[in-house]
Amino acid sequence: MTIAQAVRTPEFDAQEPAPAGPPAIEVLGADKVFSTGVRALTPIDLTVNQGEFVTLLGPSGCGKSTLLKMVANLIEPTSGGLMWWGRDYGHVGEEGKKLVFVFQDPTLMPWSRVRGNVRLPLDLAGVPKAEGNARVDRALAMVGLEKFDSSYPRQLSGGMQMRVSIARALVTEPNLLLMDEPFGALDEITRNKLDQDLLDLWFERKLTVVFVTHSIYESVFLSTRVVVMAARPGRVLREVVIDEPYPRDDAWRVSQRFAAYARDLQVLLAEASVSGAAHE
Amino acid sequence: MALDPNNRTLAVLLPVLVGILVLVVWHGAVWYWQVPKYLVPSPILVAETLVDQWSLLFASLLVTLKVTFMAFFLAVVIGTLIAFAFAQSKFIEMSFFPYAVLLQVTPVVAIAPLIIIWVKEPTAALVVCATIVALFPIISNTILGLRSVNPGLLNLFRMNRATRLQELVRLRIPSAAPYFFGGLRISSGLALIGAVVAEFVAGTGGTSAGLAYQILQAGFQLDIPLLFAALFLITLTGVALFLIMVTLSKLALGDWHESELVPET
Repeated sequence: MTIAQAVRTPEFDAQEPAPAGPPAIEVLGADKVFSTGVRALTPIDLTVNQGEFVTLLGPSGCGKSTLLKMVANLIEPTSGGLMWWGRDYGHVGEEGKKLVFVFQDPTLMPWSRVRGNVRLPLDLAGVPKAEGNARVDRALAMVGLEKFDSSYPRQLSGGMQMRVSIARALVTEPNLLLMDEPFGALDEITRNKLDQDLLDLWFERKLTVVFVTHSIYESVFLSTRVVVMAARPGRVLREVVIDEPYPRDDAWRVSQRFAAYARDLQVLLAEASVSGAAHE
Repeated sequence: MALDPNNRTLAVLLPVLVGILVLVVWHGAVWYWQVPKYLVPSPILVAETLVDQWSLLFASLLVTLKVTFMAFFLAVVIGTLIAFAFAQSKFIEMSFFPYAVLLQVTPVVAIAPLIIIWVKEPTAALVVCATIVALFPIISNTILGLRSVNPGLLNLFRMNRATRLQELVRLRIPSAAPYFFGGLRISSGLALIGAVVAEFVAGTGGTSAGLAYQILQAGFQLDIPLLFAALFLITLTGVALFLIMVTLSKLALGDWHESELVPET
């Protein structure tokens, strides 16, 4: 890293061009009002390009999970719409347009061994056993669990269960990973390790990731771009491009530029909570 | 040897010791107070009666076992089918569940005479009564199980475009298994109780005389040792049924379900 790079402070400029690549997800003025009358999201415009690692960062109640679930087509927007690879959701699942959702909890079947859990999406799609097993082996190797394929979930630690969950997502060979605070329940050391492994996977396999978190450090460590959200009402406050080359490792975590990004995001979130309170 | 509550030998040894103690005290009390055998026979006399009257008691035991197992089998099949039907649609459950409760709360002694009149064949009548008694735990537990699906897993299945059949076979049935086996334990005991109670009401003698009939007859004739011997066989049957269900449950759930895990120390 040159000195010029090291001293450059992060710039917050929503106009800054997003990294190249055709759009994978376009959120077009989508909002959400729940049947209780609670407005979870004001109309959102957001584009996620192929190859990006975008985090949705914000306090609880800012609608970041709601937005992610809209992208996963688990929730319908009240008005506005979304596009997946420039088309409607009907084309999702075609080659090059595969999307997969990773839950906050590992969400494993306790009666099934690791192999059975990872193979589930293939079994449901009717993939032949032999081909399925080969793909499961590859997915388990990616998350470093090849020796645990015949364990039951309860025999694994929380971090390992989360790895199984990620392997189950990867086994479908997705193009887009939607992750809803996947490491939120883990201790910091495990979380850092999983963040690193996820980032390496994203980099090597040229995935696109949309990642929900409330950790500033996690968002700065991982993202090409951070979408900062605020609560009451749920809205996008600012998009911040994290201008730092990949692969990133622990040296990035302790660098001055990392700290500068983290500080500025912290200031943004603090301002948002003040302006959010003013709305009430 | 440390007194570890997880010790498996202790788990067998302690109840056996208690049993022996009870028998010794029982025998001692009967001998000391010279209790007449038409009030309380000594355990040794009961054992002798069991051996002497074995052919009679064994034939009756077979009859009771036959009724119990047929009723239990029918309860499991019918109960599971009803539970699946209820789980398919909230409206079916809404319409019929109150009547399932009706079956549960009506004492079998009260409807047994009616069933015995309607069903001519005596054994079949007993089976119907016992089935009614054993049915409800299977229905309610299986429904509860089929509905107790982790919502996250359900989302996962839906996102992977699982068919209803895949959802049922790969998700709902395994989720329901622990509840189903809980229902089996309760229901197996109830099938036996139903078989005995129904026979008390029916009072069928002859070749289809079960253990309840022997108890009734022994009571009329003040043959208390025979009564105790028959009672002992019924209890033994109940315990055996329970142990079979526990074993089945362990075989099916032992690898993964919390209820069957041995705590690690």
